[in-house]
Amino acid sequence: MIRAGLAAALICTSASAADMPAPKSGLEYVSPETRALQADDFANPGMLWVSGGADLWRAATGTSGKSCQSCHGDAKQSMRGVAARYPLYEPKTKRPIDLQVRINQCRTERQGAKGLGFESEELLSLGAYVAHQSRGLPVKPPQDERLTPFIKNGEKLYFQRMGQIDISCAACHNAHAGQRLSGNLIPQAHPTGYPIYRLEWQSAGSLQRRLRGCMSAVRAEPFAYGAAEMVDLELYLMSRAAGLPIETPGVRP
Amino acid sequence: MAARIMVNAPASAAKGEVIEIKTMIAHKMETGHRMGTMGQIIPRDIIHRFECRYDGALVFAADLFPAVSANPFITFTTVATKSGKISFKWIDDKGKSSTSSVKIKVT
Repeated sequence: MIRAGLAAALICTSASAADMPAPKSGLEYVSPETRALQADDFANPGMLWVSGGADLWRAATGTSGKSCQSCHGDAKQSMRGVAARYPLYEPKTKRPIDLQVRINQCRTERQGAKGLGFESEELLSLGAYVAHQSRGLPVKPPQDERLTPFIKNGEKLYFQRMGQIDISCAACHNAHAGQRLSGNLIPQAHPTGYPIYRLEWQSAGSLQRRLRGCMSAVRAEPFAYGAAEMVDLELYLMSRAAGLPIETPGVRP
Repeated sequence: MAARIMVNAPASAAKGEVIEIKTMIAHKMETGHRMGTMGQIIPRDIIHRFECRYDGALVFAADLFPAVSANPFITFTTVATKSGKISFKWIDDKGKSSTSSVKIKVT
C-alpha cells in the first residue's frame, strides 16, 4: 500500500516527491496512549460525533421531509469509499468541492433544508459519520484532469512562505517531519483522520480548522472557512496522501 | 442534537464475574475559569455527578471537578450479580440530567 501511495505521489507531484520520505500517517507520530485511544471505539471520543452523525443521517429534515437515508440508503454501503476520493470536481461551479460543502449542497438543493455552519456540531457529525464508512480504505484521489490546475495551486500554497514567521507548510512538514517543534513531533501532514478529535481542542474539528491553526501559528491571516484556497490545499494534501488508509475519527494531541 | 452518549458493557456474563463498563458523554465541561471575547467570565458548566445503578442499587458514583476534560470518559468495574438493567446518569451544573441504560443477562 505504501509503495502504491508513493507511486501515485510521484505522478502527481514529481517536483516535491523527491524530498519526501515514504508517506506515514500522523498516527505514527503520537504517543502510545493517544494511539490506544483512537484504536478503541468505546474510548475514542471522535465516536461521539460518528454516533451523532448516524442519528442525523436517518433524521428527516427540510421542506422535502427527506433524510440522507431516504436517497442514499444505508451509509455503510453507499458511503463506503466516498471520503477516500474527495474533494471531487463539481461541474456546476467548475471547481473542486469537498465533503462538507457537498453535504450542505445536498441539504440546500435536495432536502430543502438550511446549510450547516462550518465547525457546527451537526456538520462535523455528518462528516465524521460519512468519512467513518471509509475507515481502513486507502486514499484514492480521482484521476480527473480537470482537477490538475487546482492540485497545482494547492501545491503552490503548500510551498509558499506566509505570515510574519515567513515559513511554508513544507518548511516543517516536508523538511522536518519526524523532528520536534516545541516538544511535539512534526508529522508529514497527511489528512487521513478528518474530522479528527484533537485533545487540544477538546472537540472534533475539520481539516480546515487544523490548517487555520497552523496559519495562525506562523502569524499569517488564515484563509476563511470554505475559501477556494482551502479546498485547493485539501485537494493537494489528499493527492499527497494517496495510499494511506482513512482513519476517521482520528485522535491527535 | 440529543445528548450523545456511548456505553459499552457486556450483554451477558457469568454470575460473580467482574465486568468492565465504559461510558462517555459529549459535554463541553466549561471550567468557569475562562474568559469570553469581552473579558467576561464564562460561567461554569460541568457534569459534577455520575451515577451507575445496577437493578436500582447504586454500584458506582463519581463527583467530577473542573479539571476533568471535555467529553468525560469514565470506566469502572462491577460484579455481575443478576440479570437486569444497568442504568447511568450524568448531572450537570445547569441541572440537566442525561440517562442511558443497558441490559445484562447473568447466567
